[in-house]
Amino acid sequence: MDRVAVIGASMTQFGQRDAWVRELLAEAGEACLDDAGVAADELDHLYVSNMASGEFEGQTGIPNALAHDLGAIGAYTQRVDQTSASGGAGVYAAWQSVASGASDLTMLVGGEKMTHRTTSEATDVIASLTHPVEYKHGVTLPSFAGMTARHYLETYDAPRESLASVAVKNHKNGVDNPHAQFRKEVDRATVLESPIVADPLRLYDFCPITDGSAALLFCPESVAAEYTDDYSVVSGIGGATDTHVVHERDDPTVMGGVVDSAADAYEMAEMGPEDVDVAELHDMFTILEVLQLEDLGFFEKGEGWTAAAEGVTARDGDLPINTSGGLKSKGHPLGASGVAQVYEIHRQVTGDAGDRQVAADVGLACNVGGFGNCVTTTVVEAAE
Amino acid sequence: MSFEAFRCENGHVTYPDHTVCPECGAEQTDTVDLEDDTGTLVTWTTSTATPPGVREPNHLGIVEFDVEGATVRALGQLTTGDVESGARMTPVYCDELRDPETGIREKESQAWDGYRFAPVED
Repeated sequence: MDRVAVIGASMTQFGQRDAWVRELLAEAGEACLDDAGVAADELDHLYVSNMASGEFEGQTGIPNALAHDLGAIGAYTQRVDQTSASGGAGVYAAWQSVASGASDLTMLVGGEKMTHRTTSEATDVIASLTHPVEYKHGVTLPSFAGMTARHYLETYDAPRESLASVAVKNHKNGVDNPHAQFRKEVDRATVLESPIVADPLRLYDFCPITDGSAALLFCPESVAAEYTDDYSVVSGIGGATDTHVVHERDDPTVMGGVVDSAADAYEMAEMGPEDVDVAELHDMFTILEVLQLEDLGFFEKGEGWTAAAEGVTARDGDLPINTSGGLKSKGHPLGASGVAQVYEIHRQVTGDAGDRQVAADVGLACNVGGFGNCVTTTVVEAAE
Repeated sequence: MSFEAFRCENGHVTYPDHTVCPECGAEQTDTVDLEDDTGTLVTWTTSTATPPGVREPNHLGIVEFDVEGATVRALGQLTTGDVESGARMTPVYCDELRDPETGIREKESQAWDGYRFAPVED
């Protein structure tokens, strides 16, 4: 089977931006086309990953808007919403479009405009993904993280400080990412003394609210070299769901969607976790990086907390995690995040990650929606 | 008032109900009232950054109930943040858990009453 190549990639500055969602998407889309030297009217398919442009901004129909703004009129367009995992789901959709033969050239643009809303309002937009019996209690995604973190720390006798080490590591990585929202190191004491948001988790255990966009360009591997020498290949991808109602999971410390999507991605890539050189994980909350390290097979259940504290997942460690700074310091514009994860892995395996470069032929991105409700895992490797 | 969990013919119990039993696919034909039961607090948090219409701070927990050989869990607000995991908890009715006028969810689309959990002395 002809595999699917990534021949172009871009991301905008993440952070508090004056631009609205249409402008953010167009900015990333134009940069991605430029990266590959492709004209917009060559696109067969154009996908937009976005969770809530209608709810945040009152702008719907953004794929069609983007096609017009970029000059890609005539392309097939589609919006992909899978909450926080919209980006990963967009990668899946774009991959499918090329792998199936339906499209010879597909661009995916993920983006979200959030910072014009108060934290309370943005939290409510995101919490609206919950079941009515959850929503009526005022549960938020951060409060699921607080409950899960407490259960994890108590079950595995892990120190609270271990989660702070995740935040310290990812902030350190973010310093070298020119697109990151925060490019500032924090120390463990700062994390551990920051205000409580969802006990036992504190402000620095959480990603910020962010505006931003990222894009990827896909074509069949057999023709990738006609566009560029610097392409990567999506060698494995999987998507899976877990329960909608979070409390119905047998073990709250296992993210079934991560386990299942990773199994599919590894099988397609004919690889296992031991083959992965670098990974971008969905650290919307510090505890999530720990759970994904375990559920992706990098660590035994109950041992993932040791990774950041012992330096294993540092940029110069055995398994660098979130070299981009992760959602934690790079920021989390919902629909953009899963796309930006693959952007980072693409840069790493093509040797174009600048100051963040690690030795990597195989990378993995895990994009988590809801509180593990829907997940996409993607394996990206260097061209042969 | 009753705090209903839902049971299929194979004895699996869920809260809330589902179109079919998520465990075995059978129809959920029976209900179990948890209102007078006592369950165990699995985990909890106190949320200090709450959405519009939600009390602040908002104490939340997951409580597990034993129902004739099966277990069922429910998420709910707690009456206090002075609790520990493993505590015994009982449901307490509340006619409005959050202000349905201020959040993004359409008021008429769902119920807003329900049960908080309060610690009990065993």
